[in-house]
Amino acid sequence: MGGDLLRRIPPARLYLGSTVLMGLLVAVVTVAQMAFLSEIVDLVFLKGGGRERVVTLLLLLTGTAILRAGLLWIRETTAQQGAVRVKSDLRERLFAHVLRLGPAYARSERTGELTTTLTEGVERLDPYFARYLPQVLLSAVVPLLVVTYILPRDAASAVLLVVTAPVIPVMMVLVGSYAEEHTRRQWLALSRMGAHFLDALQGLPTLKAFGRVAAEEEKVERVSGEFRERTLKVLRYAFLSGLVLEFMTAAAIALVAVVLGVRLINGAISFQDAFLVLLLTPEFYRPLRELGIHRHAGMEGKAAAERIFEILDSPVLADGTLQESPSGELEVSFSGVRFTYPGRDLPALDGLTLILPAGSRTAVVGRSGSGKSTLVGLVLRFLNPDAGVISANGVPVEDLPAGAWREHVALVPQRPHLFYGSVLENIRLARPDASRAEAERAAELAGAAEFIRRMPHGYDTQIGERGQRLSGGEAQRLAIARAFLKDAPLLVMDEPTSSLDPESERLVRDALDRLAQGRTSLTVAHRLNTVSTADRIIVLHEGRVAETGTHAGLLERNGHYSLLAGAYQDMPA
Amino acid sequence: MRVFLRLLGFMKPYRWRALLGVLLGAATVASNVGLLATAAYVISAAAVVPFLAMLTIPVYLVRLFSVSRAASRYAERLVSHDVTFRLLAELRTRFYSRLVPLAPARLLRYRSGDLLSRIVKDVEELQNVYLRSFSPVAVALAVCALASLVLFTFDPAIAFVALGFLTATGIGVPLLVRTLSRGLGWRQLQLRAELDARIVDDIQGVQDVLAFGREGRERHEVSALNSKLGRVQRRMALVTGLQNALGDLMMNLALVAVLILAIPLVAAGEMNGVFLAFVALVVLGSFEAVSSLGAAFQVLGRSVGAGERLFEMSDSEPRVTDPPEPLSPPPDGTLALDRVSFRYEEDGSPALRDVSFVLQPGSRVAVVGPSGSGKSTLVGLILRFWDPDSGEVRLGGRDVRCYAQEDLRSRIGVVSQDTHVFNDTVRNNLLLADPEADDVALHRVIREAHLAGLVEGLPGGLDGYVGEQGQRLSGGERQRLAVARALLKDAPLLVLDEITANLDTVTERELLGTIRELMRGRTTLQITHRLVEMETMDEILVLDEGRVVERGTHQDLVRRDGPYHRMLAVQDGMLATG
Repeated sequence: MGGDLLRRIPPARLYLGSTVLMGLLVAVVTVAQMAFLSEIVDLVFLKGGGRERVVTLLLLLTGTAILRAGLLWIRETTAQQGAVRVKSDLRERLFAHVLRLGPAYARSERTGELTTTLTEGVERLDPYFARYLPQVLLSAVVPLLVVTYILPRDAASAVLLVVTAPVIPVMMVLVGSYAEEHTRRQWLALSRMGAHFLDALQGLPTLKAFGRVAAEEEKVERVSGEFRERTLKVLRYAFLSGLVLEFMTAAAIALVAVVLGVRLINGAISFQDAFLVLLLTPEFYRPLRELGIHRHAGMEGKAAAERIFEILDSPVLADGTLQESPSGELEVSFSGVRFTYPGRDLPALDGLTLILPAGSRTAVVGRSGSGKSTLVGLVLRFLNPDAGVISANGVPVEDLPAGAWREHVALVPQRPHLFYGSVLENIRLARPDASRAEAERAAELAGAAEFIRRMPHGYDTQIGERGQRLSGGEAQRLAIARAFLKDAPLLVMDEPTSSLDPESERLVRDALDRLAQGRTSLTVAHRLNTVSTADRIIVLHEGRVAETGTHAGLLERNGHYSLLAGAYQDMPA
Repeated sequence: MRVFLRLLGFMKPYRWRALLGVLLGAATVASNVGLLATAAYVISAAAVVPFLAMLTIPVYLVRLFSVSRAASRYAERLVSHDVTFRLLAELRTRFYSRLVPLAPARLLRYRSGDLLSRIVKDVEELQNVYLRSFSPVAVALAVCALASLVLFTFDPAIAFVALGFLTATGIGVPLLVRTLSRGLGWRQLQLRAELDARIVDDIQGVQDVLAFGREGRERHEVSALNSKLGRVQRRMALVTGLQNALGDLMMNLALVAVLILAIPLVAAGEMNGVFLAFVALVVLGSFEAVSSLGAAFQVLGRSVGAGERLFEMSDSEPRVTDPPEPLSPPPDGTLALDRVSFRYEEDGSPALRDVSFVLQPGSRVAVVGPSGSGKSTLVGLILRFWDPDSGEVRLGGRDVRCYAQEDLRSRIGVVSQDTHVFNDTVRNNLLLADPEADDVALHRVIREAHLAGLVEGLPGGLDGYVGEQGQRLSGGERQRLAVARALLKDAPLLVLDEITANLDTVTERELLGTIRELMRGRTTLQITHRLVEMETMDEILVLDEGRVVERGTHQDLVRRDGPYHRMLAVQDGMLATG
């Protein structure tokens, strides 16, 4: 995974390399520092030296302290800046890729997870790249460096260190792999418990209406208590790897000290060397200990990186390269179009053949799941058909660059997204260079001008997630204003009036009628109010055209359409 | 500071455990210091004594410290995590019960999912206050005191100098870094929030971004923000990198300073040279306790912020309270609204103005009107989620404020478009309405609500999960679940709030069929913007901007050329023109 990251982001290699190099230099300086310290103590303690005899050494010790701090600063800065580089690079690539994947990938249920990956997931790479990865390399090299230095001074201790060192990772892996799965599950349970708490908060009004608040309070308490008990059981094992690490380190230091003591008494080693070996022993284990500390961050980062690469590796739709594009009024035809969602058995559209004559109004109706939304996705090239061709004035749209094709299409979706920004900016979405007058004219035509003028700052009122809320009907009319401004020859309307109250619906319908003038239009709806003025109505059923005709003609036929319409008429109004 | 003390108050039930955690934490660091320092002493002594037997006690201590280091570390982690999870449970339960009387009136601002998840995140932030903040600070204090004490026995000056460096590292360095990074940190937070918001906005609106050919432009803008953030973060790295470097420098300078003080003492014979290495290692080792304080202060800052937000919310007074001596509401009383006016916020525009109507037992009243006309506010007032600003809501001839909220609500069954479906099993979602209900009763209401197909289709049947916010259910199924709840609750008064919004016509028709059964024999208030089955109503109120603009039976209203007639014409326009 680390390799994957480095391969994908070449500059990361440089940062990682420099960080590790700095880490090595720090280790070298540390050895020097310890050597000075042992010499000072030796001189003062055994050779009766005063301050004046060790002045140089003290200065050297101070010098190494400053040098070490400087190297640490550079190491930290490099590591952090490398992480910044990695994060910002991946964030940008991910964003571009998700846009390219389009709404077919970022389906509503996934939006939450996707945005979390793009914002928080990317941040998790920070400790992974800045700490964990360099530490993995350093823990392989630094102990080697330390032991090489000890070897000529005290072979016995060197052997002891070399023998104990591999035990630590082995034990950690043994205990760790057992505990890891459990720990992972517990953290999952923790996030689920958070979700339960959120659920209990969101459902408070419902709970109150049913007088079940006290029971829920108990449940919140019980769930938290049970979680604690179970987690602690797991942690008892999970912390064992830490216990092993600490114990091995401490026991080795104790052992080294005693062995050195014996050898000193026997005169087999000088005090200065013995003290130096003792000072270096913790340094030998330090990188491994730090690896243990960053291990959790490492795991998290790894998981985040896996998810990020999974998204980056999701194939985008093949884009066309044809330069010529259809001009003038558009006739759009579908021939034998078939589409099946990945992982589904049944096709959403099953051999659809249909012509939208230039300037005509076609409506597609059907119950939910009949393939209507898939049709919209295909027309806008959010999806490509598995089989069959969609062409505009005879040019297969799949051969055109998606961006170029979409310039010919204006979409009025079921729930238009209002971006954070002013009303004016939201209308100008289609043509950012449109003049204010043009945008206002579009709003006028869309029947939106009146409510916009009533807003606190008119066209400059901030709307969207962090701005003023608009009602469904108002948002819909803004979307229509966008479409007017775009002035594209093909108009696609996806359930434009569902979930509006009758008055808003009337306003929206009037605006849509104006918008459809002189364009080829395709309206998709499950409510029939919207479609009666269409030149032709297509009834979709299970991915196929079940009926075609005008409103009156279809009603007479007593088929699917009259069933849908009957749902209306049965209810005496 | 007040927030800090209140946070401390949360730990009161666990103060002994928390103290144990701190002691163990201090023991962990002290063991390490002891291990290294006594080991150094053993070696120093071995250089001057003839037999190892003379060092039995120090050698024994070295072994003891090596075991106690590992053992206390392990125990400390278990104890402190135990405290953390206890604290989390306590925080959840306490804040939850504080929020209960506030919902939904005081939580209206928090209605959107984002703000509620903010609460969840704040509580999760607070759970760390012990583990990552209190405990490290307390451990640092204990270790510093202990180390100074040990050093004091050798020489007071050494002790003071060491303590000075420890303080500078634990408090001075974090303060310096914070001062240096404050502007950058703020800028970074701001840029990240801006960038995240933009990314979320664009991904949520990806369909419109693509449909209007905005992808290039959005990519460009995100990229610009991203580089700006990158520049700030790179400068930030320079400052935060200082924290470790300065801490390390302080530690080594402390060593040099202590040596400078100790060396003349040894040379003058005032201090036994055998302890020189010991003193040096006590100084070096005790810095372990202060090196993590920078992080601890950061956590503390964040926790206080989270605590402030939570307290601000939980401290607000409930808008609705129970009377001191609640009366028992009549089993089947008349519901009446008498000149009720209400506004959500004091300076806001009125949601209801002077609304009056009477709902006799067994009768049906419909409230219709465009969205935003105040229809749903009525439900909130009848359920006493709010109290009217003026006028009275009466049940059985008495103001509903005479009854306990729970008793009042037990008389009312609500089916609303925003009924919450819990991420739980179908069974538990239904039992909400009647915890005592047995399987027979559950299956009966499932049949009556036409949910049988769904329950059979769910893996696990009655015990199958419905997904987060009922995501595994379609719109119609969610409404049916709400209907089944109301059937199970079997309350005399039924309130239906926009139950067919967002449903396709076939589903709507099916659901209304089910509802007809539910309404049989029950007093019903139906709130809707869809004018269907209106002729079965005893009275219809047309609401517009909070005011009753028209009232009467369906027959009366159609004949009049008023708002009702116009609404009907718009709704049926399609069939008429077709």
